[in-house]
Amino acid sequence: MVAETLLAIRDLKVHFKLGGDRVVKAVDGVTIDILRGETLGLVGESGCGKSTLGRAVLRLTEPTSGQVFYRDRDLAHLSGKQLREQRRHLQIIFQDPYASLNPRMTVGQIVGEPLETFRLARGREVEQRVQELLETVGLSKRFTKRYPHEFSGGQRQRIGIARALAVDPDFIVADEPISALDVSIQAQIMNLLEKLRREKNLTYLFISHDLRAIRHVSDRVAVMYLGKLVEIADAKTIYQEPLMPYTKALISAVPVPDPRIEATRQRIMLEGDVPSPINPPAGCPFHTRCPYAIDVCKEVVPQLVEIKPAHFAACVRISPKMPHIEDVPPGAAPGLE
Amino acid sequence: MSANGALLEVRNLRTYFDTEDGVVKAVDDVSFQLQRGETLGIVGESGSGKSVTNLSIIRLVQEPPGKIVSGEVLFKGEDILLLRPAAVRRIRGRRIAMIFQDPMTSLNPFMKISRQLMEMTQLHLGHTKGQAYEHAIRMLETVGIPDARTRADSYPHEFSGGMRQRVMIAMALSCEPELLIADEPTTALDVTIQAQILELIKKLKQETGTSVILITHDLGVVAGMTDHVLVMYAGKIFEQAKTTELFARPGNPYTKGLLRSVPDPTAEQGKLYQIPGLPPDVAHLKPGCPFAERCDRVEEICRREFPPFVELTTDHHSLCHFAHEVYGG
Repeated sequence: MVAETLLAIRDLKVHFKLGGDRVVKAVDGVTIDILRGETLGLVGESGCGKSTLGRAVLRLTEPTSGQVFYRDRDLAHLSGKQLREQRRHLQIIFQDPYASLNPRMTVGQIVGEPLETFRLARGREVEQRVQELLETVGLSKRFTKRYPHEFSGGQRQRIGIARALAVDPDFIVADEPISALDVSIQAQIMNLLEKLRREKNLTYLFISHDLRAIRHVSDRVAVMYLGKLVEIADAKTIYQEPLMPYTKALISAVPVPDPRIEATRQRIMLEGDVPSPINPPAGCPFHTRCPYAIDVCKEVVPQLVEIKPAHFAACVRISPKMPHIEDVPPGAAPGLE
Repeated sequence: MSANGALLEVRNLRTYFDTEDGVVKAVDDVSFQLQRGETLGIVGESGSGKSVTNLSIIRLVQEPPGKIVSGEVLFKGEDILLLRPAAVRRIRGRRIAMIFQDPMTSLNPFMKISRQLMEMTQLHLGHTKGQAYEHAIRMLETVGIPDARTRADSYPHEFSGGMRQRVMIAMALSCEPELLIADEPTTALDVTIQAQILELIKKLKQETGTSVILITHDLGVVAGMTDHVLVMYAGKIFEQAKTTELFARPGNPYTKGLLRSVPDPTAEQGKLYQIPGLPPDVAHLKPGCPFAERCDRVEEICRREFPPFVELTTDHHSLCHFAHEVYGG
């Protein structure tokens, strides 16, 4: 079966103007299809642009250029009214369950508001629907009269999820939904999101810096670095056989909860920090920290290439014929041939 | 020094907080030892008491609302809790150093990095200005700040998060402390930077022989960094063991649940084990085991009686009515 594309993101850019002629290229030419029913994990370090990408897809942040196709319409160029109609199908869950719920509204009002905005229910129906939604996310339906401050972080995240579900969306951007939560609560929220995806046939863009969580929830994973996607593959493959040097370092840096594995593990240590997105390096954005960088990496911007079936990586030092950088002769750039 | 040669021995520590909601027993009868040259991990979720335990050790619990109600903190045999404030200040920073989660809030934003480092050795080691400056540069080089001599006169905001944490480590280690307490030192950092900082702590520990207490919620970090682990929950030590033993053979249902609820990137996907419910409200603990409500092998006695601290082997203990069964099964 050929998977159906739900959202097609094409050369999406979000550039923020600072003073003078300084520009932050937060998202710089991202192209990817999000398939119906999948969880696409988007992973990267702080400042790589992953949250901006998530927001730009929903136009919570205005894209500078590019397209986002959903149901044959380009969300990036819809007018206000048309955009609002489409937004019903596209929702977001935020990282901070303390900041994303209005403290002056009751849980009933928070979860019921989208129902009224989109005229999906009225009067008593709203109340009933809210109660159903609360139970769906594992909260008591008696909570409708309470305020956000009466709840723990995990419970607030459940309220945020109920609010996103109220409009019966197709697609949800989950922006670091578990980062602010305790370990035992993280597992609960990951399991809840997975259960909802199966039951409601949802599609997720799951954004996180937590590689263990990403590995667990995602079907496919996209790795982002300084505004660009640098590798895309299915979740298992990208962990077992990362191809792009940044992904290799990222995966090797993840602490594994097993002292026997940790005792013998060889880590790829990266030098230095992520460069500033205000003045990103020319050529490959990763060349300043890459242990495999050669002169040509400072000049050529690598494109995402299908190195192995359904496994894309942006690195000029590898190619479909020479997928493993360890096997490439010193100084060679098979990706340029 | 105490008879068994432990660098630090905490006995029956109790730290309580007076709140509007009643008395919160943040740390309630905690005892443990730290051997010289060893790294001890303290794991727990928010509110488990892991940070307050360490703030108590160095007498940084704000009073009121907090109060160290009872216990002993023997540092080389001397009870820190009995010392006068001036004597505590001589230990803190000099012989016991700390690094915290957020380096930005622990550094003075108005002071040059070099001066903040110099203060440490001028105060504790009696360095002259010149000596202190040279020492500051050497420390910055040790922790891997590139171009240390030029960058020493920067302000904290000119450094990235990872660099600031390096500065904090440089500061903490500048007087060659016998004990380093690191409270979530990498939680605010990206994973590639986390790997750098953890590697740095390991390396410096090997070179200087400093003992380390590492407080973290990340079981992966514990697995890679520590010799022994304490698992805390609701102000109590639920389990203590050698790290390898704890991961291979946990003897407490909470530890077991925690280990199973962390996604293992080397394993297959599948439903993640989840501990049900929420951590308890420490101000209103019911009688019995504080974990009973969330425990998957709870029995009647657990709700009625507080569990015993069971010795499974000489250095493996678990707070559970059924510790032997959990350990064996």
